Amino acid sequence: MTPLSRHHSIFLLIMRRLRAPLILLITILAISVLGLTLAPGMDENGQVQYLSFFHAFYFISYTATTIGFGEIPHEFSNQQRLWVTVCIYLSVIGWAYTLATLFALLGDRSLRQAILTQRFTRAVRRLRDPFYLVCGYGETGRLICGALDRLRYRAVVLEVDEDKVGEIDLHGYAADVPALVADASNPETLRLAGLASPYCVGVIALTNDDRANLAIAIAARLLAPRTPALCRAESAETAANMASFGTRHIINPFEKFGDYLGLALQSPTAWQLLAWLTGLPGTTVERYREPPRGKWILCGHGRFGRVMARALDSKSVPVTIIDRHPPEDLDHRWVQGDGTGAAALEAAGVREAVGIVAGTSSDVDNLSIAVTARELNRNLFVVIRQNHYSNGALFDAFDADFNMVPSEIIAHECLAILNTPLLVPFLEEVKQRDEEWCAWLCKRLTGRFGWEVPTVWSERINLSRAPALYRRLMDGEDVTLDELLRSPQNRAEYLQCEVVHLVRDDDDHLVMPLGDTPIRAGDELLLVGRPDARSDLDLCLSNEHALGYVLTGEDMPGGRIWERLGGRRKNEVRLRLPG
Amino acid sequence: MNLEKVIFGFFIVLAATLNFGFFIGDIDDPIHHDIYELFAAIVVSLIATVLKFGDRTQIGAVHLSTSLVADLQLIAAAMVWGYAAHVSAGGLTPDMTAKVVSLSGGALLANGISVVILIAETIMQRR
Repeated sequence: MTPLSRHHSIFLLIMRRLRAPLILLITILAISVLGLTLAPGMDENGQVQYLSFFHAFYFISYTATTIGFGEIPHEFSNQQRLWVTVCIYLSVIGWAYTLATLFALLGDRSLRQAILTQRFTRAVRRLRDPFYLVCGYGETGRLICGALDRLRYRAVVLEVDEDKVGEIDLHGYAADVPALVADASNPETLRLAGLASPYCVGVIALTNDDRANLAIAIAARLLAPRTPALCRAESAETAANMASFGTRHIINPFEKFGDYLGLALQSPTAWQLLAWLTGLPGTTVERYREPPRGKWILCGHGRFGRVMARALDSKSVPVTIIDRHPPEDLDHRWVQGDGTGAAALEAAGVREAVGIVAGTSSDVDNLSIAVTARELNRNLFVVIRQNHYSNGALFDAFDADFNMVPSEIIAHECLAILNTPLLVPFLEEVKQRDEEWCAWLCKRLTGRFGWEVPTVWSERINLSRAPALYRRLMDGEDVTLDELLRSPQNRAEYLQCEVVHLVRDDDDHLVMPLGDTPIRAGDELLLVGRPDARSDLDLCLSNEHALGYVLTGEDMPGGRIWERLGGRRKNEVRLRLPG
Repeated sequence: MNLEKVIFGFFIVLAATLNFGFFIGDIDDPIHHDIYELFAAIVVSLIATVLKFGDRTQIGAVHLSTSLVADLQLIAAAMVWGYAAHVSAGGLTPDMTAKVVSLSGGALLANGISVVILIAETIMQRR
């Protein structure tokens, strides 16, 4: 539905539609009042008296609104009563017609939509915090919004399905999430949702329609070129199209999972580390079984199956494909069937295989394949594709080795990109390193912080993000990582966090920098640790007193008078020392 | 010819003429100012206001605002009249009559502007 443009006021719209009943009401009241002033009445003395306009208006007002105070100022004559009877029925008709028109108007779908749009636009315009524009509130959208809420970012949601928008209110986010039922591929809608707003820090296109995501990417590129856009693309053509006009982050859940599986086959610990670092905040990562090398079976050669076949090929693992139609490349062994029956699985050699990928687009088929295959071969490594988040209970009960949930993969990836831009280069670095190094790093980090998903964040040492430390560094002091990462409550204790990546503008980047590495102004750090360590470190970076205590162990005096007194004393001490 | 335009013009001009009829005469002489005429002026003015709802052009907006001014002035005049005739001890004195009539005079100016806009709008169409 196209939104209403701004100058059309809803109030005037309603008044325009109510013109006829309002005129009828005015006319009825006028006729009633006029008639009442013309009808002859009688006072106590039997004199003929006419009601004045004042009294007639008063009488009609309370009669028409069914309040009814009785006949005043004198008892009415029969002529007056005759006229009042007419008035009563006239006024009832007038009110009934007006109210019926009003309610019909308020129940009108297009008007309700106009009112909701106006309310939404106002809510977005009043947002004074950085917010993300989330297009599509499906399974992924829900995960992303929940995570953004936990990270204390605001979100604005556009979704086509009315029921899903209704869910947002029931979800119970800490902050209000303005949402609108509208087609996000309409640029005007995107603008209403704050795409061009200075507070919009990113656009996340997650609709399950590639064309809509493409339209959002184009609109974001043209209307707000500086706002980064994260777009989901399930077909390679869409991804290429998005890339061609400079969409910064394109997320293809199948490609991503193909990469994961490839990495897991090549270097299980690196994969383990990656899963731990990019998990959804507040969850615990389990230790997975490592995927074995040997013969693999792939059921379903669709969009997902093709990517999986490529990933397995690149690690030179022999693959047998089970599909109803022959694969077009013909490099692989092909068995006709759908894999849900034992016959096709036997023909594909399930007893000698080490792993199976159940990758059709039907959840029931995938579960059936997995259960049958595991019955035939108990030690099979099972990778299963879960298409719908709502089927999670079934997949949890089956306990596959790898569970591929597209919505979760997209959510992980989005969060990693949004939260910590440094994480992606770090993970690339991890993929390049050898198995031994990854094992060491994984053991060291999980040994310190446990298997619960850690907080991963970036810090930049500059005047706005870390004023206290920046000033000290500018004064020429040397500060090493070891000195900095200490608790502001007790400096003998280390903070529960670790710097895993350090990027310098002029210099090479450092992965897992040593404790005696000096920090320089302008450095960008990637840290992993507990959430409270993050707030403690923030305090040290921005508060001079906390930083002073952490670095020197002295409690610095606060306030001008104490500073002056303390400064003099310190100067005296310094003067004495050389002598 | 458009019936809607006829009705629209009719009510605007009628509001102005009724208002003028009430206003004309010695300002403090109650005999020259019939209360039924004031009543009619108020009712017609209110109907004219409702007719002007919903026109989204700039001229429509000015039309509506002049009408609202006229309503306000006429209702104020009616209230002063009600106070004079029924609440105050002296009744409808020349003093009070002058107040009522001068308020309706203000409304007359607003109604006059309304008529001028109506004529200007008609002339602009050149048909």
